[in-house]
Amino acid sequence: MNGLLQQDLNQETFTINLGPQHPATHGVLRVKLVMDGEYIVEAEPVLGYIHRMHEKMGENRTWAKFLPNCGRMDYLCALSYNHGYVAAIERAAGIEVPERAEYIRVITVELNRISSHLLWFGAFVLDLGGFTPLLYAFDDREQILDLLESVTGSRLTYCYFRFGGVYNDIDDSFITGTREFIKRLRERLPMYDALVTKNIILIKRLKDIGPISKDMARRYGATGPVARGSGINFDVRKHEPYSVYSEFDFDIPVYEEGDSMARYMVRMKEMEQSMRIIEQALDKLPEGDIQPKKAVKMVKPEKGDYYHAVEAARGSFGVRLVSNGTNTAYRLKLRSPTYSNLSLFGEATKGMLLPDALALMGSLDLVIPEIDR
Amino acid sequence: MSGYFKELISGTKSLFIGLGITGKYFFEPVVTLQYPHEYLEMTPRYRGHIELIPDEETGEPKCVACGMCEKGCPSGCISVKGEKRKGVKGKVLTKYILNFTTCSLCGQCVESCKFDALRFSLDYNLASQRKEDFIYDLIKRLKEKS
Repeated sequence: MNGLLQQDLNQETFTINLGPQHPATHGVLRVKLVMDGEYIVEAEPVLGYIHRMHEKMGENRTWAKFLPNCGRMDYLCALSYNHGYVAAIERAAGIEVPERAEYIRVITVELNRISSHLLWFGAFVLDLGGFTPLLYAFDDREQILDLLESVTGSRLTYCYFRFGGVYNDIDDSFITGTREFIKRLRERLPMYDALVTKNIILIKRLKDIGPISKDMARRYGATGPVARGSGINFDVRKHEPYSVYSEFDFDIPVYEEGDSMARYMVRMKEMEQSMRIIEQALDKLPEGDIQPKKAVKMVKPEKGDYYHAVEAARGSFGVRLVSNGTNTAYRLKLRSPTYSNLSLFGEATKGMLLPDALALMGSLDLVIPEIDR
Repeated sequence: MSGYFKELISGTKSLFIGLGITGKYFFEPVVTLQYPHEYLEMTPRYRGHIELIPDEETGEPKCVACGMCEKGCPSGCISVKGEKRKGVKGKVLTKYILNFTTCSLCGQCVESCKFDALRFSLDYNLASQRKEDFIYDLIKRLKEKS
């Protein structure tokens, strides 16, 4: 009896639930934590709270009817998801896209990427206890949402790309507005730098905290800023160029450290690179049609297996289609980046303090509806 | 030890720089809108719920009840009914119900309309506590508007 009591005292761990309703999990993510005091012994993310069967929905509606679903997976970078899906269909059905439409796609997707990173920036600092940067980030993000609203008609769950082109053409007011926004954000980024990046509290919370090694990132299939923060130089835009990305000159920010600070820095630098891409695209924007001359009516990809990946704000988003030659998919597999990025959470947080684990979770930039499709 | 003091000084400095920035922004003009008292104009391309476009001469809807929007809708939230009338070419629209509770505002109905009879409305103050308020009778709405 005595021995048993002794053992229990020595291994006094307890289990707590982080979420599914918790401000730091940004949605309905539940993490089962086995804690030893303030230290995490085991962390297990539990998913399934907002599963909406997007993949199954793709199997019982026509290709075009699935378009609005794309914007509802990753609601922060919806245009990337639009892009991934339409590009996969275009590859499968052999649809040519006019050059102007491709440029418009790149411009809007990069704007969307900046808005996604801005929201992450605000929410991440909010997780760490700083409220003010969130308001500044939302102020900037609002400009992007207004710009995109004037083109796409919606603010968050865009359904803008069509097979073979885009829905609306951009006009001069959008172009001047975008240029003004870039000028504005260029002036604001040094402010963010001074206010947040150089702040001693942020540095203490992030530097050398939550290291994810190159090997671990590879094993779990992490992509996007998480992988690039661990020193893996991989970006679909650069290494498997799709659309017209090969025509632009931009860098892929890579940091070797692998800590939360590195992931933070990758995203901050990515915003600058996105602005470079947008500027070049606006300069080179060709005249012409935004939809193919011969209108795309009923899409019926040939029998086969197709895959197309794009770089979304959180990593590589892939669409795998299995077509049996009809107007619906036989199988539609969506590879979402944060699902892989989250899967390393358990291993990375072993033995970590709870507040540090939350900083790590914030730096993964989780969007739950995208994990749980 | 000297590193410790260096960090202490630079860290304190960084906090004061941050305070300076927030202090500066405190005196900048307000960027938010006092919503219930002020309203925003929606851009012309804003995608609200759909509405029928009236014929300029008669004021009747241009819709010919072909049902393409009903067919093209991913969520099946449109139901259109038309009837044949003597002396009128084609069908006459008798019922156009939009179930806005399931609409995803994708715009496929507007795109699939060959007769230029549908458009997006610019209304966005649509809050209600009753589900029935979101079952729109678009013909009735058109008549009320004109």
